[in-house]
Amino acid sequence: MNGAKHANAGIGRAASQVHRLLTEAWRLQPLYVSLYAILLSFVVGGVLISIIGVNPFTAYWALLRGMVGGGDQIAGSVARSVPFIGSALALAFAFRAGLFNIGAEGQLLAGGITAAYVGALSWMSDLPGIVAIPLILIAGTMGGAVWGGIPGVLRTKTGAHEVISTIMLNSLVLFGVRWMVNSRDPVVLRDTESTVPRTDPISDTGVLPELVDSQPVLHTGLFALLGICLVVAFVLNRTTFGFEVGTVGLNPHASHYAGINVNRVIVASMAASGAFAGLAAASEISGTNGFFQPGTFFLMGFDGIAIALLARTNPVAIIAAALLWGSMLSGAPLMQQEADVSIDVVRIIQAMVLLFVAADAIVRYLFRVREMDQSPFKATSVEGAV
Amino acid sequence: MTTVEHAAGATRASERIGLDRRSVTGLVFGLLGIALIAGVAPAINGTSRRFNFEPPPDPAGIGFHPPTWVIAIGVLFLLTAVLGFAPPDARRWAGPARLLSAVALIPLVLVLSLALSDNPSTNIINLFHVSLVLATPYALGSMTGLWCERSGIINIGIEGTMLAGAGIGYMTYATIGDAQSTGWLWFSILISVLAGGLVASLLAVLSIRFGVNQIVAGVVINLFALGLTGFLRSEVIVKTGITTGVGTSEFGLPLLSEIPVIGDQLFRGKPIYWMMYLVVIGTWVVMYRTPWGLRVRSCGENPHAAETLGVNVVRIRYQSVILGGLIAGLAGAWFSMESQTRFEDNMTNAAGFIALAALIFGKWTPWGAFGGALLFGFSRALGSRLQALNVEVSGFEIPSEFLQALPFIVTLVVVAGAVGRSIPPAAAGQPFHRSR
Repeated sequence: MNGAKHANAGIGRAASQVHRLLTEAWRLQPLYVSLYAILLSFVVGGVLISIIGVNPFTAYWALLRGMVGGGDQIAGSVARSVPFIGSALALAFAFRAGLFNIGAEGQLLAGGITAAYVGALSWMSDLPGIVAIPLILIAGTMGGAVWGGIPGVLRTKTGAHEVISTIMLNSLVLFGVRWMVNSRDPVVLRDTESTVPRTDPISDTGVLPELVDSQPVLHTGLFALLGICLVVAFVLNRTTFGFEVGTVGLNPHASHYAGINVNRVIVASMAASGAFAGLAAASEISGTNGFFQPGTFFLMGFDGIAIALLARTNPVAIIAAALLWGSMLSGAPLMQQEADVSIDVVRIIQAMVLLFVAADAIVRYLFRVREMDQSPFKATSVEGAV
Repeated sequence: MTTVEHAAGATRASERIGLDRRSVTGLVFGLLGIALIAGVAPAINGTSRRFNFEPPPDPAGIGFHPPTWVIAIGVLFLLTAVLGFAPPDARRWAGPARLLSAVALIPLVLVLSLALSDNPSTNIINLFHVSLVLATPYALGSMTGLWCERSGIINIGIEGTMLAGAGIGYMTYATIGDAQSTGWLWFSILISVLAGGLVASLLAVLSIRFGVNQIVAGVVINLFALGLTGFLRSEVIVKTGITTGVGTSEFGLPLLSEIPVIGDQLFRGKPIYWMMYLVVIGTWVVMYRTPWGLRVRSCGENPHAAETLGVNVVRIRYQSVILGGLIAGLAGAWFSMESQTRFEDNMTNAAGFIALAALIFGKWTPWGAFGGALLFGFSRALGSRLQALNVEVSGFEIPSEFLQALPFIVTLVVVAGAVGRSIPPAAAGQPFHRSR
């Protein structure tokens, strides 16, 4: 009993030493909890890896090199993260309005298929890239916005809960695109020359210029998504509409009495949410694949929820969270290859990161970090969403 | 405060501009009704079709004339539409009419697809039974959600809890029972249930002890379960070399399965399927007929009032969440040891989210949620049945994807048109702090 207490105190002392060193090294007060959370998660993951008889340092070294071990790896990690920025932003925006948009995956599919359709139109090859590329991105954005807007409209017009309608719409669009891409009689959007089910390739003029020829390709769609994050940050923090979104998220009832058109905010937020997912999908179609396949966005909406929550729905923090997420997934195969550790370990570590960031009480206790004045989480109304 | 509460205000606002649920759905049903009577009924094949009650040869059943049924349902839709715009006195019939019309979509689809198929008959008793069986994980999952949310804890992690139950249970079965012995099978199902309880206790600790945002806690569980079961599969299950094994076996209920024609089809099933009924009935009895159930509900509505009356809110919430987890673990066992006898990554395939939808559909009540689960189960059964029926419209076979999507369309229509706003327990999602 006493021994355990001592050991605990020892860990606490060591941890507060680490904390003091970090405090002096970097002046990153608000980031402490997140950094420690990541550290702790890797410790937990390491324990798991040693249980199956692999040296965790070997595994992590391989993982790290897979993530940032060289120019190609870094580019690949960033490229992997790009669509996550969009899907997380989609979730975050809806969360801010108090809506739980489970439908990012469906919105990605809707945006992706629209972008691929527009990109493969015959007259697209006559347009210069400066017109063709924005056209494809806008098409995808619109596709996502429409698919995201439907639950918003249903919510305001009929009271249908967005959790149900987005789940239903996810399945609907999945079956829809599967049919469009698989069907041979009649041919809808299938590339009849291809052996795998996919759409016709988009015109060469519609391909986003690539930055690095990594795996996957790092393309200029990155800038579109980074830009949209900044725009969203501005809209949420500095505009009337952003204020309305936040207010509706906190208390729709009070917002209504304050004269905010709550219905408009709900529909607009859902449509905007879908638009971000659509943009991410369109930039993937245009920048990496050049065609649409139904499986491309599998689980991406799911990851979007986690990233949005990890970033506490802050649009700028989403960039960092998405980079962490994407690079871990991008580095995992090397870990599997070299250390023979299942890539699922990365999923477990990700869950732990999210856990420790959310349960900051645990981290604060372990590392003796003082409470911040106001947790940004309390300002968002994720609780009210379901 | 939730947005759902707000929706009351939103609906009132939209009533002023004349675009509420009643008129929108009225319009949709009106157009559908006209289309059915004027367009579809004259166009479809007039030869008689049959709903069978048992498998061939020489099955019992009822014959019917498809255009007559289509017209009848069309008239029902028109009536619903008219009631939607009727003067206020007659409007009290509009709600039931809407519900009836929404339910009538199901026979409509059956009648139409049989009329358009080259098969003259189909066994509807079997269809019904398959629907019930496929509803098992949704019903169990929605009971999980019900226990958690009625006690005030939002559970987004049903999916992960089920997946963990499925994976850990099958892992136990494959490693110590070689996936062959029925004794170990039962032990493994028990392990599944306990694993579900364990995962749920993580949710409980996070959301009750540490006051973590409950949606985040649920998402953590989903991610964690996805990673953990994937890890266990590749590190343990694959290494045993066992891919499939012996699952639970079917049995008929005594007496009931002796009923002629339908008994042997309806009253046969596997154990977890039967347990699903016990769980639903048990949930209803305990939640609405016992003092403990009343306490659970009070914790979800107004924990501070409950505390004032001497209810230990924290303990009740722990109990409810863990009980919910045990149920989700059982649902997990259904996937890996009853429906199939193997474990695949992400095997539950969003069933947990569909269960959540069923719960919301059922307005957070046991029977409502069970009804929602049944609708999803029916829709899935219908999708595969229609695929087998070869439904053709003017020479083109209807793509299977359309038929598979049908359930989701029906659900969307039903939720938007007939169920409408559903209100969650008032305190769901709010961390509770003991008063001092």
